[in-house]
This record gives sequence, C-alpha cells and structure tokens, in this order.
Amino acid sequence: MKPVKRIVSRTAVLATKDIDTDQIIPARFLTTTSREGLGKHAFHDLRYDDDGGLNEEFPLNSPDAKGCRILVAGNNFGCGSSREHAPWALLDYGLAAVISTEIADIFRNNSLKNGLVPVVVDSQTHDWLLGNPGVELEIDVDTATLRLPDDTVVNFPIDAFAKYCLVEGIDQLGFLQQQQERIRDFEETRTWKP
Amino acid sequence: MSTLFEKVWSDHLVVEETADTPAVLYIDLHIIHEVTTPQAFTVLRERGLEVRRPDLTLATMDHSTPTTPVSSFKDLAVVGESAARQIRQMEQNCSDFGVDLIGFGHENRGIVHVIGPELGATQPGKTIVCGDSHSSTHGAFGALAFGIGTTEVGHVLATQCLLQRKPKTLAINVDGRLPDGVSAKDLILAVIGKIGVDGGTGHVIEYRGEAISALDMESRMTVCNMSIEGGARAGMIAPDDTTFEYLHRRPRAPQEEDWDAALRRWRELRSDDDARFDASVSLDASALQPMVTFGTNPGMVVGINDPVPSGSDASFRKALSYMQVESGKPMTENPVDVVFVGSCTNGRLSDIEEAARVLEGHKVAEGVRMLVVPGSQQVKEQAEARGLHSIITGAGAEWREAGCSMCIGMNGDTVPSGKLSVSTSNRNFEGRQGIGARTVLASPATAAASAVRGHVADPRTLV
Repeated sequence: MKPVKRIVSRTAVLATKDIDTDQIIPARFLTTTSREGLGKHAFHDLRYDDDGGLNEEFPLNSPDAKGCRILVAGNNFGCGSSREHAPWALLDYGLAAVISTEIADIFRNNSLKNGLVPVVVDSQTHDWLLGNPGVELEIDVDTATLRLPDDTVVNFPIDAFAKYCLVEGIDQLGFLQQQQERIRDFEETRTWKP
Repeated sequence: MSTLFEKVWSDHLVVEETADTPAVLYIDLHIIHEVTTPQAFTVLRERGLEVRRPDLTLATMDHSTPTTPVSSFKDLAVVGESAARQIRQMEQNCSDFGVDLIGFGHENRGIVHVIGPELGATQPGKTIVCGDSHSSTHGAFGALAFGIGTTEVGHVLATQCLLQRKPKTLAINVDGRLPDGVSAKDLILAVIGKIGVDGGTGHVIEYRGEAISALDMESRMTVCNMSIEGGARAGMIAPDDTTFEYLHRRPRAPQEEDWDAALRRWRELRSDDDARFDASVSLDASALQPMVTFGTNPGMVVGINDPVPSGSDASFRKALSYMQVESGKPMTENPVDVVFVGSCTNGRLSDIEEAARVLEGHKVAEGVRMLVVPGSQQVKEQAEARGLHSIITGAGAEWREAGCSMCIGMNGDTVPSGKLSVSTSNRNFEGRQGIGARTVLASPATAAASAVRGHVADPRTLV
C-alpha cells in the first residue's frame, strides 16, 4: 500500500443518509476476480440512467464535482455487505477520503486496508460540509485533523495502528506474519482444539 | 463478571491489544466462497504463501451459482462469463491450495451460513469468519462470528489470525413470548426498527431473555443473521440444551468422549450474572405482530396492519418514492409481483415448512411469481422427503436448487425493475434484488400469504 499522509481537495457532497454497499457498487459487478478497474461501477445505478446515459441529477456527475477526492456523505455511510469491492471502486473512481457522521464497521476496516481514509466528524461540522459543497479541505492523517477553509481544525478519531499503517504504507499481512511464532505457540498450548 | 463475548474473545487472544497495536485473534473456522476470495488467493500466490490451516477452512460456492432445477449438475448453466470464470477460479484456488471444496454436485453444497451449522462445523465458543457480512448467523450457537473483507480473508488464509480491536457489547433483552403467527424474522425486524441500521455499530450484540431462550436453533440463526443490518458485526446467543441437541451427532461436531468434553466447556459459555454490557435495549416479544419493511433499509419497519409512518427528511422521502409507498396507509394495500422464500436468513427447513403451511390448499395469485430456494442441498432433500416441494409446486411456485439466489441477484434470479417483491431475505436496499426492484422484507409466512393474496398480507388471515 502506498503511504497516505495528506489529502487536499475540494469536496463533492452526497447528502443521502445510510448509503449502503449496494449503492456504492451493485452486486452484479462482484463476479470479477480482480480488484482493478472497478471505478466505472462506483455508484453505478445512481450515476447512470436506465439507458446507460449519465444521470445529471446525481451530484457526483456535476462538473463541479469533477476531480474531487473527498466525498462528504450523509449519516452512516457504507452499511451493508462486507464487499471490499466498495472501497476498491471508490479509490479507482478517484476518491481518497469519505466524511460522514458515522461509517459502518466493515466498510471502515476495508477502507483503511486500502488507503481510503474514513473521517467521522461531529454533526455540526457535518451539516456545514453538507451545505457547502466544493469547499477545499485538507486532511492530515498523521495528526488526524481536518482543516476547514476558515482554518478551523477538526480532529477525527482513527485507530493508532491503522493510522501508522496508512502514513507509513505498512501492509498488515506483513505485520501478522511476524507473529508466526506466537501463533504456533497458541495452537500448541491452547486447552482445546477446533 | 464477563460477558459471553468477552469469554470467547479472551480465549482466542494470541497477542493482547495495546494502545498502539490491535489484538491478534485466532480464528477457529474460516468459511470461504467464490465471490470474496479470488483476490485473496492472488495475494497468496504473489507472495508465495500457503493456506496455513486448510483443515479449518470450509469452502463452498453459493453467491453466483444458478438455482434452476437440473437433472444433473453437469447441466448447470452459470449466468454470464464472469460468474462462470469466478466459479472456475474457486475450483482452481481450492485445488492449488489444498482446501476441500464442497462444489457443484456435492450433497452438502449450500449457502455458507446454512451449511456451517448443518455440518456441525459451527460450534459454541469458536471464532468464525467469512467474507460475507451475514457471518453473524453463526453467533446463534454462542460463537463469535463476523464478516470480513477480502484483504482479511487473505490474512486468515495465510496466518489463521486477524488483527482486531475489541468491540463494545450491546445486550438486547427480549422478554415475553412471541404470539402465534409471529416468527423470529418479525422479532429481528422489530429489533432493527428500534435500534436503527447504525444502532449496533462498533458493538457485538448478545440476544437474551425468555423469548430468545424459547427459540429453536433455526429461529436463533434468523435473529443473529440480521445483526449486521443493525450495524453490529456480530450477534450472539448463549448456548443451551437446544443448541447441544441440534449439534449432537452432526458430522463435524465432536464425537463420543470429545463430545462430553466439549459439552462441559460449552456449558460455561454464558454471560455471568454480574457481567456488564456497554449498552442495553429491551423489547417485549408478546406485543409484536408480523413485521414488514416499507423503505429502502432494514430499519424502516412497520407492523403489517399499521400505517406507514411519515417523515420529513429528504432520505426518508426518497425511500418512500423509490418504494412507491404512501405514508399513512398500511403495507397490505400494496400489490405484489414477486415473492422470494430463501437466503441465509430464511432458507432453512423450518422456513420452507412455514411457507408451505401457509400455501397448503391455496394457489399463488395470478400474475405473481413465487420462488422457493432451499438454503442447501440438504435442506432441499429434507424438504422433499417431507413432501413440501409438492405443496410448493402444487400452489404454483417454483422449487429450486440451493443458493443465495434472489437475495443478492448475482446468479440471474432477479426482480424486474419497478416490480414489488416480498422477500424473506435480509436487505431491501435499492436495487439489491435487481435494478429498480422494490423489496419488502418479511417472514416466510408473510411472504407466502402475500403470494396467495396478491398483495402484502398478514399470514394470520390464512392459517
């Protein structure tokens, strides 16, 4: 994983609450055996009309949203399935961070393992961001802060280990493999065997 | 003074968590399927790694597999080249890495969360994961079971461990007894309606109380299955004699003297009387009625005879507009196009029986398509041995091979755009059952009654 330290971008806003993983990438696109190239399916059924044309009412299709790397989403983003195709699709689409008041557990875990930064903010900050699409924000992963256009700095929670892995570009499988000896000890000494 | 969750958690700590590093948690059972594993096996190949414990890995195919009835599994036509490729890839991966695959034509094939318990591989006190969010199902046995992403599937394949932060605990106490005609599905829909789709985020639920103890194992699985729909990754129920009786003599359960030892250990798996939960919620089962969803997430729930609530925020209005449902009117006023009975939530023998009981002596209404898809080939065989398939096909419904089918619509079983489906599955998200499909979640009895009436219907009016 490439290190993710700092993200500076204008925001795109998708104010709908409870955007689930089926909205992020519909299940019919999960028959792939690759993790590449899923950006074209991101928000597919919201992004396109039934005839395959761009849905002009979808906020991310507006010219202002082009190139935005920070998505501000309604309350509780990413609920539903465990499909890692969701963050893979969003990253390939060009996003680097998602801001909401709550981010579902599995989606958050999957995002952190791929370098998509989940940012949970208080409802006051969230309301302001929802109401002001296109503002430029700076996310500093190392200090776990979000800088607003008026230079207000908002802290966001992030697990210390996940942050370390993001900033250093550390691969968690490598870390787990270093525990092999302790895993072997556990298997040998536990009082019952599965 | 520990909760059930804490007992299972601490029994699997290879390395304790610190402020800087998460815990290393040992996994006793890893269930894998064709959709969320190909990229994980690719990582193993790239790094020259092996599957550490093929003996603790249970592999099958369920998500993108066809369910059309066939005389021989050689005839199964997989829908779409990419699904076919994914299925071949699964066969190749299992063969290359020495993992036994319960593949096509195998008598034990079925939905991951149906076959784990059915084979007795799901047991109290185990840690169980799968690249599928409904892994919470296995918590019905007092296991700690949760869904993981593909990167984590790779972690478990390679090391049999996961890096995890300890979640919080949420007690859901359900007192009283469920009234006649009200099922476990109605109960869990009511719970999600109460806590909301994010009410359990960051928590492991323990379902407790008289109503929970009274449930049989298949009903407990239905309850735990939908924990994720309330935002909780896992839901657990303390194992008891009902659990042990279910598991006794199942092929992968401990046998003979191992069984006695397991039983002694399993009887300790309950929250201590003085255990503390981080949060708790209470519900009275005796006040419940059949429940259905009216919106586009499983928290938008209403009693079958109650009016759909009103709401002013944009997301609520968008959901009602998508569903073409009106506030103030009961869901029973909505005509039905498709009925689906099946899935890891309600695809077990008792669910098929519940639907058949309602269908018996009736016909599926004109213009309604009803699909009944057993959760596993074992369920199919048992249902057929009881003659349930004859009741189902006699009523005009389709009787299929096992798989996830119309719950997720990856295998060609989909609901056409704009059509209303009453489904015993777990998600009514926009487009979940097909582009533009409108899904109403319900129990098998409510689904069957809706098929007969041709509109969303209270099953108590039929039996």
